Amino acid sequence: MSPAQWDLPPELCCRPMAFVALTGLDVVYNAIHRAIWDAFCANRRADRVPISFKVLLGDHEYPKCRTKRTSYEWYIPKGILKTGWMNKHLNLVPALVVLFYELDWDDPQWKEKQSECATKVEIVRTSLQGRNTKVAVVLIQKKTPLPPGEDLVASERASALCGACDLSGKSLFVLPHTDHLVGYIIRLESLDVEYLSFAVNRNFYIAEFIYKDPHTFHVLSCRYYRTAYSLVHELRAHETNMLEIKTMAGFINYKICRLCFQHNTPLDAIAQFRKHIDLCKKKIGSAELAFEHTAWMSKQFQSFGDLFDEAIKLGLTAIQTQNPGFYYQQAAYYAQERKQQAGQLCSHEPGVVYPAPDPLETPSGALDFYGQRPWRQGHQSIDPPDSEKEKQGILALQVKERDVLHSELVIALLSNAVAQFKKYKCPRMKSHLMVQMGEEYYHAKDYTKALKLLDYVMCDYRTERWWSLLTSILCTALKCSYLMGQVKDYITYSMELMGRASILHEEQKSRIEKNLIKVLMNEVPQPEPDCDLTSVKTAQSLWSDRISLAGNNEFTIEVQDYVPFVQCKAKFLYPSFHIDEPVQLHVYVRADCPHPVRFSKLCVSLSNQEYNQYCLLEDTSKEKDILETSTQENMCLVPGKTRKYCFKFVAKTEDVGKKIEITSVGLMLGREMGRYVYLNWRGGWGDAASSHETLQASRSFKRRTRLPEQQLDWDTVTIQSSTMIISRVPKISVQLTHEPPALTNEMYCMIVTIQSEEDTVAKDIKLTAGLKPGQDASLTQSTQITVNGSEVCDDSHPALLPDISLGDLQPGQKPLYIHCMSTGSRILLFHVAYSVSATVEGKDINCKCHKDETVTLETVVPFEVAMKFVSSKFEHLERVYVDIPFLLMMDILSASPWPIELVNSEVQLASSMTPIDQPQSQVEGVTLQTSECASECFLLKCPPVQNGTSTVASGHYFISWKRKSAFAETSVVRTIVILPHVMLENIPLYVHAELPSFGRVRESLPVRYHLENRTGLVQDVEIGVEPSDAFMFSGLKQVRMRILPGAEQEMLYNFYPLMAGYQVLPQLNVNLLRFPNISSQLLRRFLPSRIFVKPQGRNGDTSIEAA
Amino acid sequence: IVPTQGELKFHYTVHTSLDVVEEKISGVGKALADQRELYLGLLYPTEDYKVYGYVTNSKVKFVIVVDSSNTSLRDNEIRSMFRKLHNSFTDVMCNPFYNPGDPIQSKAFDSIVSTMMVQAC
Repeated sequence: MSPAQWDLPPELCCRPMAFVALTGLDVVYNAIHRAIWDAFCANRRADRVPISFKVLLGDHEYPKCRTKRTSYEWYIPKGILKTGWMNKHLNLVPALVVLFYELDWDDPQWKEKQSECATKVEIVRTSLQGRNTKVAVVLIQKKTPLPPGEDLVASERASALCGACDLSGKSLFVLPHTDHLVGYIIRLESLDVEYLSFAVNRNFYIAEFIYKDPHTFHVLSCRYYRTAYSLVHELRAHETNMLEIKTMAGFINYKICRLCFQHNTPLDAIAQFRKHIDLCKKKIGSAELAFEHTAWMSKQFQSFGDLFDEAIKLGLTAIQTQNPGFYYQQAAYYAQERKQQAGQLCSHEPGVVYPAPDPLETPSGALDFYGQRPWRQGHQSIDPPDSEKEKQGILALQVKERDVLHSELVIALLSNAVAQFKKYKCPRMKSHLMVQMGEEYYHAKDYTKALKLLDYVMCDYRTERWWSLLTSILCTALKCSYLMGQVKDYITYSMELMGRASILHEEQKSRIEKNLIKVLMNEVPQPEPDCDLTSVKTAQSLWSDRISLAGNNEFTIEVQDYVPFVQCKAKFLYPSFHIDEPVQLHVYVRADCPHPVRFSKLCVSLSNQEYNQYCLLEDTSKEKDILETSTQENMCLVPGKTRKYCFKFVAKTEDVGKKIEITSVGLMLGREMGRYVYLNWRGGWGDAASSHETLQASRSFKRRTRLPEQQLDWDTVTIQSSTMIISRVPKISVQLTHEPPALTNEMYCMIVTIQSEEDTVAKDIKLTAGLKPGQDASLTQSTQITVNGSEVCDDSHPALLPDISLGDLQPGQKPLYIHCMSTGSRILLFHVAYSVSATVEGKDINCKCHKDETVTLETVVPFEVAMKFVSSKFEHLERVYVDIPFLLMMDILSASPWPIELVNSEVQLASSMTPIDQPQSQVEGVTLQTSECASECFLLKCPPVQNGTSTVASGHYFISWKRKSAFAETSVVRTIVILPHVMLENIPLYVHAELPSFGRVRESLPVRYHLENRTGLVQDVEIGVEPSDAFMFSGLKQVRMRILPGAEQEMLYNFYPLMAGYQVLPQLNVNLLRFPNISSQLLRRFLPSRIFVKPQGRNGDTSIEAA
Repeated sequence: IVPTQGELKFHYTVHTSLDVVEEKISGVGKALADQRELYLGLLYPTEDYKVYGYVTNSKVKFVIVVDSSNTSLRDNEIRSMFRKLHNSFTDVMCNPFYNPGDPIQSKAFDSIVSTMMVQAC
């Protein structure tokens, strides 16, 4: 039997269309008729009623209808549905015959034409005898008809025609041959439809197609189909007619589901299908032909899937859990089962041949009824009529089934399902189906395709860590790669199957490992179990060919895509290494395979490839057989034990400050001379499963069991895949000697002492000193640094002095001078760089070292200068008067914690002031300790100014000073202080007294008062002397006088002291009548107020006398 | 419910059912993140089995596969089975001697599962 046997007949699958026969049209010679025909046939768009038209001759012979039998039983034994039936009703027996006839209502020969028309109708009727076919007449008229009811002749003649032809009025149409032909035709069609009844009325209760109108058509026909369906199942089912019943049920089910989908009730379709499957699932029929049942089931699912898919294409939306994919999948499942059953039932002895004569041969070459056996058509009894024939028939079917390419069917169905599940977001289902496809390809011996599919989905299962599934896929893949002699794939899958991702038993792993070792030794591996024998033979020859092949024997496996049986972790011992110590790298390797395995090479690639040569472990005993594994050996991996390999290398000096990364670790299995495989761990560790394992290990609170010496817990090995090379630890000391705080503007000396503790000469010492970068910008401007302390820095000096070359250093010193122009703290940086040669691991390297020293320096003011103007009586002056001498006093208060030597001082007066005597520094050479004060004063006077009162500048005060330090020679600093401004005033009258420096009790004391008029006016002056207890006096007590401009008046008094000690002189009151605002009090400031009176000497004390 | 012969097949069934679980979680997650119903109901029907799903708040997934012909187990029974399973699972997780990530080796859990199996059969 051909696979097409299970396909639904094309008549079933096509869209059922009413078959309408048109007669009386001469499409070849009559242009009008041609136009009518074209109007029917052309423009058949979807919105027009589904009708298939055919032009037939008027006397066309329709298939003869069998005469109706009266006996019901007669039908039963034959069968259910004749194979030709559907075709007959679709294409041979019309549902409606339309007779076209040219006849106008006012035709002159109306009578003759009417009878001719009636005759034609009669001919058609006769030939359709017994059929449920309707006949309609269309009159082709040349004239446009009048509206109905107006043309009396027309209606009269129409009814006459109907009578003559035995037609109902509704079956008569008029087709005016005018411009609107197509429009009329369309109307005609829709009218036609009412008359079309697709009479499908067999006594076997199959549904009746009733084309009432397009909508009720579906519902109605669906109802008929359902009835038919249930009736099919009511039939007595037994082995002989099981196939026929199922075939019919399948047909009807197909129709129902299809209608449901068309009617947009997909749930009904699904429900019907489920019912159908549930009903038929158990109806297996003949056990010897069980594969027929599964084939049929498969077909059921497949056609439903097709219908579903078709409906989706027309706009139906499916969901994840309900999509055609499930039906295709199930179809594939049944197809697989069919294959299995076929395998069991059809594996005949080699001697069994196809029976002759062919029991499947029928006289007509085709079956009369669907689903019947060719060798007993029409037979309806329970037992087969001829048991020998039956046996031959079954054998024939079985032999045919044997030749069916089941795998192809399965794969086609699976790939359909895959396409569907891809659409409905079922990645896992898709993977699963692809696995099945792969397995099916494997069974079909298309190993390339199988491997391609399996390899594709493998990584999904690997990332989901579904190891049991992965293992099973890997096993199949391994078989494929074995059978194809694919060395690399074979190695890859073996490695994974031996590893921890595989759930295989120890003995299976062991077998695989042995095979792997064989392959690595360029030998032929043992065949995988359960492989097709012929394929194994080909495979073996393929493998032997591989041995002779010279090249193509090196394979690299990128481990991160697999879970091989070797695990690796590489790490630097520390996150950073000094250049003068060896970089240490540990590689941990561990195998999970059942037997110890030896590798021949372990190498680490680093980001700087120059180091790779140091991180290489090679098998020196190349001649040795790799099977000879001794567990003691260094390059042998014992299952479950972690091995540690240590590498050391000296970093290059150029790499100081750089990062060294492990780019990969490679492990070579096999021999370099022969075949070898190179496992490559990118980044030095990790395969497809490691990251999750690490996570799990970190979460785990399992107690770390103490392992014996030299053994490591794999999970505790952490990764350090990069390291920094940092410069060597300097063996020098940098000392700073200075005396903080610094004083503002001083050239602050700091002595940098560099002491080398190196074993060899420290070469190329360079000192960078100054303000540490990154501080306040104003500090940069107010800090200057120099190595030359003899002169004061200016702005040309930088805040940071780089690379002061000190040459090769035996320990030495370097003074530096820092000029801080503002107070506050600042951080100074001293960076000493040098190079030194060192020996690491017997290798001389030139190391650059550097040492940084920072210091925070406070800067304070060295001293405060206070200035004041005082009168000659040392009284504080708010203002000074023209031409009247006064004193300028300076107080220098030391604020420095260190002694300060004042080298010199100088006053530079402004033009508005003149010194009275030669101003000379009075503090020269004075040393001030902390909070000591030095003072000096200068006698000055102001020349007259133009206007009466003004503020005048006084000038500048320079102090030259230096820190008095025993520790270093310091330079002199000149500090400038700006003198304050002062108010200068003219005075109208100047009074001054002339008197001895002391008096003596009861001795006359002459006092002369001078009054000078400094104005250009004559002044009236009132002078009075107030009495005092301490003095008697003679002279004018009260006088009023006039003083001429510029003149001076002298007043003489004789005071006679009465008491000893400091005595207040009698007060002189001066009142200027012209200048009332000049009080006598103000004028009194110019006069002495007290005098020291000595007691009277006894016995003529000459010494006092002399004084 | 799981015969050993078809173990691989069941693994596949459970594995593929995760597609639906994933879809359901992502769909529900948006609407009702907090008061999510843990029971996901029937995931998808196959010819032979019904697959039910349950997802805890910490995204631990339980899947029960029932023979299609078994009509005695209704939705409510399945739901209570899941709840029992969840409780038992929580007990296992609360066990201080249990190390997360290890396969469950708990007699109590095993017995709960096997009683459920017996009930179902």
